Amino acid sequence: MCGLLVTLTGGLSPVAARADAGEPAAKEAPKVELVLDVSGSMRARDIDGQSRMAAAKQAFNEVLDAVPAEVRLGIRTLGADYPGKDRKTGCKDTRQLYPVGPLDRTEAKAAVATLTPTGWTPIGPALLGAAEDLEGGDATRRIVLITDGEDTCAPLDPCVVAREIAAKGIHLTIDTLGLVPDAKTRAQLVCIAEATGGTYTSVQHTDELSSRVSQLVDRAAKPVLTPVATEGADRCAEAPLLRPGLYTDREVFGQHRWYRVEVLPGQELRAAVSVAADRPVHRDHGVLLRASTLAGREIVRGEAAGDGRTDVMSTGLRYPRPDVDDADTDDGKPAAETVCLRVSNSFSAPAGVKTTPGLPVELSVAVVDGPDEAGDPAFLGLGRGWWLLGTLTLVGFLAGLLWGWISRWRVTVWRTN
Amino acid sequence: MRTVRTPRTAIAAALLAGAALLGLIAPGTAAAASPTPAPAASDGEPPAPTEAGTSFRAATAVRPGQRATARASTGDYLYWQFPADAGDRATVRAAVTLPESSARGAGSTWRIDVYDGLRRRQACRHGSDSRTLAADARTVTLTCHLRTVRGWAEPWSNDPLPGAYYVRLTAVRLAAADVGLPFDAALDVSADAVGAAADVDGSLAQPLVQGSSATVEPEDGWSSGWWSTRWLWTAGGAVLAALAGVWGHSLTRGGGRPAGVPGRP
Repeated sequence: MCGLLVTLTGGLSPVAARADAGEPAAKEAPKVELVLDVSGSMRARDIDGQSRMAAAKQAFNEVLDAVPAEVRLGIRTLGADYPGKDRKTGCKDTRQLYPVGPLDRTEAKAAVATLTPTGWTPIGPALLGAAEDLEGGDATRRIVLITDGEDTCAPLDPCVVAREIAAKGIHLTIDTLGLVPDAKTRAQLVCIAEATGGTYTSVQHTDELSSRVSQLVDRAAKPVLTPVATEGADRCAEAPLLRPGLYTDREVFGQHRWYRVEVLPGQELRAAVSVAADRPVHRDHGVLLRASTLAGREIVRGEAAGDGRTDVMSTGLRYPRPDVDDADTDDGKPAAETVCLRVSNSFSAPAGVKTTPGLPVELSVAVVDGPDEAGDPAFLGLGRGWWLLGTLTLVGFLAGLLWGWISRWRVTVWRTN
Repeated sequence: MRTVRTPRTAIAAALLAGAALLGLIAPGTAAAASPTPAPAASDGEPPAPTEAGTSFRAATAVRPGQRATARASTGDYLYWQFPADAGDRATVRAAVTLPESSARGAGSTWRIDVYDGLRRRQACRHGSDSRTLAADARTVTLTCHLRTVRGWAEPWSNDPLPGAYYVRLTAVRLAAADVGLPFDAALDVSADAVGAAADVDGSLAQPLVQGSSATVEPEDGWSSGWWSTRWLWTAGGAVLAALAGVWGHSLTRGGGRPAGVPGRP
């Protein structure tokens, strides 16, 4: 009986919580683009005795065989066509080898087989091209960049390009793989991955390359909540009114972002926020999420501080609004209270790090039924423990004794009268 | 002494009430409703996850008792989430194994952080949540014993509440040359019930589960918040008090009716 009760209530509540926890899982097929470096340096024979290009081709064949059916996959190359010395032309050398869409394995493999290491390494333009290829719709997007050398097309810094792509709010992640990378290449690829919430892998062997790329493609296939882009205001009065859901925004170092949420009496507001460090930052950092009334009185806050290497700093808060008395609600619906949410951060960056676009902010808002009022620290005021049993027994015994004596005394009095 | 366990059903409750009647209630009731760690993938149970998420949003769901594994690159942030209900005291254990052949130049420091359903960082009561791995060492184990989850807490407190708990595993100190190398991670989550001692008044209308793609739920659902062995303790105490009262009353009456009362033979 108890089990059934538990199942019933347990089954209901998370579903309800889920319903307003954000957009339903992505219905649209995810899009992935593999960006492969086909520059001259890919000829180097240092991966398991074969050339980097051969290793990449072998890995691509394995990956293409294992791509989940629902993924729309495309392939883009960089440095595949122009063998010349002219930098300007070399740095435009990127093209889509296989368009993003349902995968025809034989066709894609045949296209990859034609590649020969040729030109420059224009990573920045290739990323821009890939982002363009993935445009449209509301799918989750992922770029997997495979390269063996740093970008040779300054001043367009691929890291800045990546951050700008990410700031468009199109849920795009860039994962990078470095083939036998040197320190400079590694730093650049780590920076690109960090800027978009992606990962960086250093590859020394063919099997590592294929298993990692397959893993990344599978990751893209997993349905993920897609947050809605919003833009917080500088003051509460102008702040966007948020309904329960998952939101993204950008916040520059030291900036305050305001949002508003409406909470009815008897409801509980739950908010969680993560601010991501998508670029090099100083080692100490913090995040403050504050709920206040329109008049500016603080209701409750969530704060987090930390140090060292981190991807996000996150915190959250709960605000249960007490139920109003029935007498107050006679004149129609009870009024919703507007709660101002303010997100601020204490990240700071070393000199030379670009501060715009701001740090990615992820805000999760839920409004649920309020909790029961707690009137006592213990469960319903009930007791437990040997002291409780002893006390009750002793008091019961004394009460019985007393009752007995009183009744005896009364009998005696009655009999003497 | 008699040990009574998991009195979640009415029958067990009645049994326990009987035990209380006889004054035989055992401290073993404190272990009531402990979710025993399920043995590896038995009938109909989802297999243990072999991937980890890379953000709160994509955190992989793990059930307590399962061993989740993942293959990743050093520098990745790995996220898992597991459900913890009121009265649970969870322990998180993570193991990091670096391949033998990896050419690491320097040591690294690894850490697990646990966050609640509202992404608030949770403290570890004890356990080594951060450890440094020497350049020639291959494995490191991290542990975090979490605080007891309460059914309800004031919004201004940071007490752990029922809901999802996120675990983040990452290297917090890593030489630049050691970024991107492959490693294996494993995560074990176990939850012990501390029993009625932690049963507080009030309950959340819904567990703290939001903002993530996967949803977690305990195997037997979230507790309804209406059952506690405190009912049995209190009822048992009342019965004992009544019995003791009757006994005390009978003592004052002697062996029977007072001598000389009419009707006595």
